[in-house]
Amino acid sequence: MNLSFWLNGVYRHDEVEPDTMLLDFLRDKGCYSIKCGCETSNCGLCTVLMDGKPILSCSTLALRAEGKKIVTMEGMQKEAEEFGTFLADEGAEQCGFCNPGFIMNIFAMENELEDPTEEDIKEYLAGNLCRCSGFVGQTRSILKYLQYKKTKKREEAEK
Amino acid sequence: MLKIKSYVKVNSIAEAYELNQKKSACVLGGMIWLKMGNRNVSTAIDLSGLGLDTVQELEDEYVIGCMTTLRDLEMDKSLNTFTQGAIRESLRHIVGVQFRNCTTVGGSIFGRYGFSDVLSMFLAMDTWVDLYQAGRIPLAEFVKMKKDRDILQSVIVKKTPLKTVYLSQRNTETDFPVLTCAASLIGEQPRTIIGARPGCAMVVEDREDLLYGFTEMSKKEKAEAVRKFSEYAAANVPVGSNMRGSKEYRRLLTEVLTRRAWEALGGIKE
Ligand SMILES: Cc1cc2nc3c(=O)[nH]c(=O)nc-3n(C[C@H](O)[C@H](O)[C@H](O)COP(=O)(O)OP(=O)(O)OC[C@H]3O[C@@H](n4cnc5c(N)ncnc54)[C@H](O)[C@@H]3O)c2cc1C
Ligand code: FES
Ligand code: FES
Repeated sequence: MNLSFWLNGVYRHDEVEPDTMLLDFLRDKGCYSIKCGCETSNCGLCTVLMDGKPILSCSTLALRAEGKKIVTMEGMQKEAEEFGTFLADEGAEQCGFCNPGFIMNIFAMENELEDPTEEDIKEYLAGNLCRCSGFVGQTRSILKYLQYKKTKKREEAEK
Repeated sequence: MLKIKSYVKVNSIAEAYELNQKKSACVLGGMIWLKMGNRNVSTAIDLSGLGLDTVQELEDEYVIGCMTTLRDLEMDKSLNTFTQGAIRESLRHIVGVQFRNCTTVGGSIFGRYGFSDVLSMFLAMDTWVDLYQAGRIPLAEFVKMKKDRDILQSVIVKKTPLKTVYLSQRNTETDFPVLTCAASLIGEQPRTIIGARPGCAMVVEDREDLLYGFTEMSKKEKAEAVRKFSEYAAANVPVGSNMRGSKEYRRLLTEVLTRRAWEALGGIKE
């Protein structure tokens, strides 16, 4: 079947089988940041943004992307690198397998929540599982990253 | 694995209903549950082009389209004001934000899952389902009906004055609940729901009228009525065992959550 949608800012037309999942389809198009970490829609590793909202690409038919804007980490390299340094500085990264889904959900949270508290952050990221850590380093890195973004925004506004 | 032969994004509910009469056809909600099963689907029926994905507030009711996501429901300001935040409380522990951006109200209610927080919460309100063929039916009746091939168009919540509290017990965050409990006063009418028993959520019939006249009671009378009613609920709600908890544990939880919910509702304790 025909599928037309935006992938990381580029409008494209593709052919897709009715039962192809978005995860498989996007990996096939070279978006290898997206991974499958579970069979039960529980781990959040496959998170992509659909029209700005985080969704599970493992459980969404590719055809549901029709006319939508899909963003994967490949489309947010600069932002991901920026946040990545905060993760690394806090020693929050162990094997790193959970990072792509986790980082995409952080970007979604940034868009959706204004000034989230630690509690808000934990709630928003509850659907991103990490098998290596206890989320302490991650939470620290997010708090510092958000503070940095806030300061940067304020400084830019003052210029 | 879910295998789909053909996929139709329908233009009307009538078209969806027609296509769905074939046993091998299947209506798609958010697909999160469907995706877990092994199934060969001849025609997957997608309702996402029908504009049924919003919460509409009318003068005397809320009309919640079947394709409304659980996340949109959780974030709906008006519904949360109406339920004093109980809607959000019932949904926010379900897996994660991404998951709730996929799952739909239609799939959650039509599925009538035993563990469902969604069903437990809606049963605690004056809720009706609007089915294409069968029309409007109270949710409490729909829960008992056998699954058929009708299409759930929307879920309707009547704006009867409501005070409600929602509680759930989980072994760990994001897991299925071990027990759910919702208490509400619909107008003056007390209603208690116990779900994840692990059977389907049910209304606890107050056959001894222990909560009768609850709003008129003094604080002391309320506390006594709540104590008696929680014991009554624990003795009368059928519960069972599964991998998440034993029958005995669920019986204890029934008493504790019922008491806490009614204490909160009656302003006895926060
Ligand atoms: C791993 C996991 C954990 C979960 N944890 C919880 C939890 O803690 N609490 C909780 O309350 N729920 C939980 N759920 C259930 C979830 O919240 C949804 O209720 C469930 O996935 C169904 O919603 P859906 O949109 O995915 O429906 P689908 O999977 O798309 O559909 C479910 C069924 O409903 C039918 N259907 C869908 N829409 C309609 C319609 N409009 N008319 C007629 N039939 C329709 C479909 O044909 C299918 O049979 C969990 C599910 C999973 C997979
Ligand atoms: S792969 Fe685990 S939630 Fe999608
Ligand atoms: S760092 Fe290994 S899974 Fe998260």
